[in-house]
Parts: sequence; C-alpha cells; structure tokens
Amino acid sequence: MRREAALNAAILVALIAVPAWAHLSDEPFTITLATRAVILALAAVGLNIALGIGGMVSFGHAVYFGIGGYAMGILASHAQSYTPMELFGLSIEGTKSMLVIWLVAVVLSALAALVIGLLSLRTSGVYFIMITLAFGQMFFFFSISWAAYGGEDGLSIYVRNGFPGLNTLVPIQYFGLCLAILLVVLWFNARLARSPFGLALNAARQSPARAETVGLNPMRLRLVAFVISGAITGLAGALFADLNRFVSPTMFSWQLSGEITVLIIIGGVGRLMGPVAGAVVFVALEHLLGGLTEFWHIYLGAALLLVVLFARGGLVGLIAGRPGGGGGGHG
Amino acid sequence: MSHILIAEQVLNGLQFGVMLFLMAAGLTLIFGVMGLINLAHGSLYMIGAFFAAVVAGWTGSFLLALIAAMAAAAAAGALVELVVIRRLYDKDHLDQVLATFALILIFSEGTRWVFGSFPLFLDIPDALSGPVTLPGGIQYPLYRLVLIGTGLGVALGLGLLITRTRIGIQIRAGENDREMIAALGVDISRLYTLVFALGAALAGLAGALVGAIQSVQVGMGEPVLILAFVVIVIGGIGSIRGALVGAILVGLTDTLGGVFLPELFKLFMEPSAATSVGSSLASMAIYILMAVVLIWRPTGLFGARA
Amino acid sequence: MADAVLSTHGITKRFGAVTASEDVSLELRPGEIHAVIGPNGAGKSTLIAQICGGLRPDAGRVELLGRDVTGLATPERARLGLGRTFQVSALAMEDTVLQNALLGALGASGRVWRFLGAALGDRALRAQAEEALGRVGLAEHAAMRVSELGHGQRRLLEVAIALTLQPKAFVMDEPMAGLGADGSKRMTAFLDGLRAEAPILLVEHDMDAVFALADRISVLVYGRVIATGTVAEIRASAAVREAYLGEEA
Repeated sequence: MRREAALNAAILVALIAVPAWAHLSDEPFTITLATRAVILALAAVGLNIALGIGGMVSFGHAVYFGIGGYAMGILASHAQSYTPMELFGLSIEGTKSMLVIWLVAVVLSALAALVIGLLSLRTSGVYFIMITLAFGQMFFFFSISWAAYGGEDGLSIYVRNGFPGLNTLVPIQYFGLCLAILLVVLWFNARLARSPFGLALNAARQSPARAETVGLNPMRLRLVAFVISGAITGLAGALFADLNRFVSPTMFSWQLSGEITVLIIIGGVGRLMGPVAGAVVFVALEHLLGGLTEFWHIYLGAALLLVVLFARGGLVGLIAGRPGGGGGGHG
Repeated sequence: MSHILIAEQVLNGLQFGVMLFLMAAGLTLIFGVMGLINLAHGSLYMIGAFFAAVVAGWTGSFLLALIAAMAAAAAAGALVELVVIRRLYDKDHLDQVLATFALILIFSEGTRWVFGSFPLFLDIPDALSGPVTLPGGIQYPLYRLVLIGTGLGVALGLGLLITRTRIGIQIRAGENDREMIAALGVDISRLYTLVFALGAALAGLAGALVGAIQSVQVGMGEPVLILAFVVIVIGGIGSIRGALVGAILVGLTDTLGGVFLPELFKLFMEPSAATSVGSSLASMAIYILMAVVLIWRPTGLFGARA
Repeated sequence: MADAVLSTHGITKRFGAVTASEDVSLELRPGEIHAVIGPNGAGKSTLIAQICGGLRPDAGRVELLGRDVTGLATPERARLGLGRTFQVSALAMEDTVLQNALLGALGASGRVWRFLGAALGDRALRAQAEEALGRVGLAEHAAMRVSELGHGQRRLLEVAIALTLQPKAFVMDEPMAGLGADGSKRMTAFLDGLRAEAPILLVEHDMDAVFALADRISVLVYGRVIATGTVAEIRASAAVREAYLGEEA
C-alpha cells in the first residue's frame, strides 16, 4: 500500500514536472503530448469506475467520449458561424464557453449511459461486451452520416473555447486546466472507492449473491456506476476535442473504446492511478516508438500481450504489488 | 421498385450473409468449445486474402489461391493457438479481449510491414466471371452465386461434421463438459488446436473469396470481425445454427436496409433529407437489430439460457 | 399458524421432468431451530433458493412475518429480515473481514447511496460490524483479507454478516460443512444461543449437530417432506428410517 502511494506520487510529480520543464525550455509540442496523456487518462479513469470497481467490461466507452467531443464541436461550430441550432422548434445559441460545453457534455453522456446501461445490464459476460460494442457502432455510423456536422470528415473549430481567467490557447494553461480536472476526478474516484457505494459496488462485482443477500440490488449499483463512468469519459471527450480543435467519427470508433481499455490494462485494472500510468506510458510509447518506426503498433501489441499474459496487475501492480481491490470481469 | 431489383438485393444480402457465416462459424465454435473471445479472427481473414492474392499472382490459379489461403490461415491459427491463445482459456473475458486485440495490432502492422499500405488485387477467375440469367429474367453475377453456393455448402458440411463425425462428437462434448471429455481420453489440447485451425481456415477462405470482389488490404478484417460478432451474438454464442440464421439476418438487414430505407423515407420526406436519414439508419440497422435481440433474449436466438 | 416467522405453503418447483420441490409446507416458529435434512438431491438447495428469492416457485407461496413475499426479489426479502448463509461461502474475497461485515450492516441500513464519505468511517455501521465479528470470534481478524482466511473462519464470517442484518429469521445452508469436530462443536454452541434472537431454518448434513440443536426436524426426500416432528419423533419414524436413515447406516 505504501509503495503504491509512493508510486502514485511519483506519477503525479512526473505529470507536472515534464510539462513545466517543457514550458521553460519552450517545447510546446511536449506540453500538447502531456495534455493528451492527461485527457486520455481522464477518459480511462471514467471507464475504470465501471470496469475496475464495477466489473463491467464495456467495449463501447467511445460513445461517451464521442458525445463529449460532439457536444463541444456542435456548440462551438454554431457559435463560430453565428447561427443558432434549431432543435424541436427551439432556437439554441452555440457557445464558446468551456463551462457550458462541459456541462452539456457531462449531462448528455450521463443520459446516454443511463439508457445504454439500462438496456445492456440485462446481459452479462460476452453479451455485455458485445452489446456495448453495438451501441458504440450505432453512434459511430450515425456520426458518419450526420452531414450537418461534417459527416465522415468531422468538424473543425478554429479557436479553442474559453475559460474565465485563462488564455486556453497557451499550451501550459490548457494543460493546467485539464490536469486540475483530472486531479479533482481522481480525488472523487478515491473517495468513491472507499464510500459506502464503492464498498457495495465492489462487493457486487466479487459476489453478486452476497450483495443481494444483504439487501443490495447489484443491478442498480452497476447502473449508477455506469452513469458516473460515462459522464467522466464524456467530459474527457469534450476536453480532447478542444485540445485538437477537431471532432470526427473516430472519437466514436470501437478502436478508441479498445484503446481506453488498453490504457487501463497497461496501468492496472481497479488501481486508482492505473489509468494515469497507462495513459502516460501509452502516449510516451506512441511518441517515442512512433518516431523510430512507422510500425510501432507491433511493439504496442507485443507489450500489451506481455502485460496480459504475465503482469496481470499492470504497471502499478508490477511495481506496487498486490491490488488494493480490483481486477476481474463481469459474469 | 421492380421485382428484379428486389430479387437482386435479396441475393446480395444472402451472399453477404453466407460470407459472414464463414467468419462467424469459426468464432462461435471457438467460443463454444474453448470459451474464448477471439478478436484476432479478422486477422486470419486478412491473412487468407493476402495469401490468396499472392498465390494467384504467382500461379494464376484461383483454386490454388483458395487452398493457399485456407492453409496459411489454418497454420497461422494453429501457431497463434499454440503460442498465445492456450494461455488465455482460463483467463477472464477482459484478458482475452485485450490479448487478442494485441494480436490484431501485431498482425495488421506486420502485414503492412511486409506488403505495404497499398491494396492488392485478386481477380475473379474467367470461368466464374460475367453474369448468368436466372429464372424470372434476373441477370446476376455468376461469382456471387458461387459464393452463396460455397457458403451454404460449408454450412452443410459443418453441420454434418458436428453431428455425424467422431471429431464432431468430441467438439460437442467439449462444449458441455471439459473434464468429461478429458476423462474420456480425448487429447483436449490437440482438439483445441484443431478447432482453432478449422475456424481459422474458414476465416481464410472467406477472406480469399471476398478478396476477389473487394480489395485486399490491411484492416479489411476488422469491419467483418465486428459484423461476425454481431452475427454470433444474435444467433447465440456457440450455436452453428444460430450463426447461420444470424448471418443471413445480418446480411439481409444490412443490404436491404442500405437500398430500401432511403427509398422508404422518400415517401414522406424531402429526397435529400430522406437519403441522409435513411442511409444513416441503414448503417445502424444491424446494431439496432442486435440490441433488440439481446434485450428480448439476453443470450441470443439459439443461445443456452444463462 | 399465524405466529410462524417464516413459512412455505405448498411450494412446488419443476425443472422439465424433474420435480425439485413438491407441495412443500414448512413453518419456522419463534425461538426454534427447525432442521431440514435429506439425502443428496432431495431438493434442499432448490428449497432454500425459493425461500430466499433466487428461484420462484411454480406454485405455492412463501411468507415472512405473515406477509406474502413470493413475488419479492432476494434483496427485498433480506431487507424484510431474512438472514441467509451460503453452503459455499459467497464473500467479497479481495476485501477485508471488516469490510465484508460492514457490507451487511450497510445493506441493512439501506444507506448505500453515499459517494464521498468513507464506509469504514461510519461509526454506527462499523460498531454493528465489529460487534457481529466479536460475537463469532473474528474480531482479531478484522483487518485480514477474506482470501487469507481459513475455511472455518469463512463460515464464521458468513454467520457474522447475517448477524449484522439483525434478521427476524435465519436460513443457514450447511453452516457445519467442512468445519471439523472442534469447529462444529463451537458452531453448534453458538447457534444454540442464537435461536433466542431469531429462529433458524437449518439445512445440515451433520447429524450430530442436527440432533443436538433441532427443536423440530423436517425430512425432505425427492422434493417432498415425508415427515416433520421432534427429534424423538423423527428418530422413531419408520418412514424416515426407510427412506433416509437407512441409507446412512
């Protein structure tokens, strides 16, 4: 436990020190990479609540990532073209305010997770994996054919959205904003894991029969966790779209769902900082190996294979020892 | 909307469906017997297509190309089973998904490394090219008819293999009770390798056959893989009959939806909007189909009740 | 009749051609230990599942405190006061002993929708959990992970979790299984004292324990209750001897 705390601290220090150094030595690209890692980590922290604590192997979390992305893209595109959007007879103005965009992203992805969760949680095991994948594909194909918002080509936003008191176009400021959100969500995640709800959810994953016999409803626990999980991943999607100033159907793709899952596995399922460690390593590998060889996915694949076969607890497990509660699948 | 168009589209849907069946049959067997989710099945499809294209280029023989495709995919399947997959049987689904996702990365990038990113082409043999006239005056490509025939033939053969042969009995026993079959003295790890290679060979065959009407390129396996999963989930995982029914359902829904949904919406919407709504709904249709089936029957049409 | 805490009324359950329960009527009265015995395959597990809510009977009904609970799910029956232990321990293996006990107190309290405060920091729940652990003698193992517990200790933890629910009736599925002579003796003594708190429906293979504890015994054979009575009556019953005890000897 103490080693895990030390490791967690080390990861956070690195996450702050590297971009700080990059800022001082005027390396904006490194800051952008770090921001990318922070946002992917946030998406994975969201999934880790469903996967690590709740045991729900969702292979469709790109849905929420994409909803967050499109919430940003659609609101900002209306704002930049000064045309309100017409929705059920209502005329809604676009916005360039991050706060409003985040709120919309969180609410819409939570709603989507509620509906998808209600329908999907009737199934378990492989069927759950596949039905979440199917919902992901529905959104993917819908976004491809949604010509009003760019269809297959996606949507470009010219200027990054605004946050009160910050110049979000300065890389280190946007990085700081994303990191702050990640820290708040990590704090929430740590509290959640120890809360009465977290205890019950964790028990419902390990032994649904036990949860039921003490009067708890595993299905309801899972659904609430699924909604929280989707909302966090949705927020990450909005931040990701703002980082790239671009959204496209790839944010909904099943490969993206796979990637978020991979981050967690590399880092450590159910470990608080697992997704963060995974995201940092993933982005670093992507950048370093991607610079060395065009075929870096081979090495990524090999690394992933080795982690799954030989290092079940991921990197955090490898360094910090046995889990503090997590791991395992649903059904 | 003429009858001929409808008949043509039904045949197209059927052709797509039976090709999906070739993929789905292997997936569902592997899941049914070994309890393994194999995302890398699409890579075996791709390997089949690439070997077919290369061998057809060397020898000019389509038949040799098909044999090479099946042999290469079976060999790759057996190799992967021996080296990686058999370590996954007793792991949970999440591990299986990720390890086989890793295999996709390795196979796809490896193929790109060897063959580059440009697509290869595999031609339909002369003897099978050109249209034939069907009863009712429908002109339909002979090759696609051959695909339908081949797919149905394989389905029949698999059905016979499972119900009539010794190996089929072992496969069915393996689905029900692993310890039992081991107790009966069957070499279970050899059976697993064999089933995996058989599934791989079918995927390779599908890749080669479809490769002749589409281009052969890296990443061709994944869209088909996802559809094949949809098929086996609709049909009920582990059931060959379910895979056949699911495959034809998905093939027909996808093909007919793409053609007729935009037309349907044109009846009550302006044409451009109808086309966009119709086609977006069409590409979502099979996933909607799958979600509806699962909500109605959480273990698929022919799946064992949980 | 009205004073039965838990009762089944003609419950019947079929799986295809197999009748797992046939017209089973049982009563658990205040202050008693009512043992259900029967050979393997007699339908004891199916019966428990129907009483606790895992299975729905094809016919008949289950009553708890005079209320028809046949249509209620397991969690609802638990909240009404049914405390159950499993034959094969069903515990959160990665969690500590205290966390498992706390889970029971949490479920009973119904205050699960709290997302920020620490579960272990809830004094009322914690006191309840610790008291239950103390009663079964697991207090000093509170911080251990369940996966590190011995088999016998896991059985005790099962009982402790049931205690945290402060149930109106216990349903215990073979609490003696695998305990060994010493453990059985201690468990027997504990259950003996527990009946004053809430009556126990005890499914058990260990005949020494059954004869030592039971106020009444029902004998289940092929899904049917062939006899119900005091220990002496059951010992004397020719039908039981023939159908069941004869096999044991």
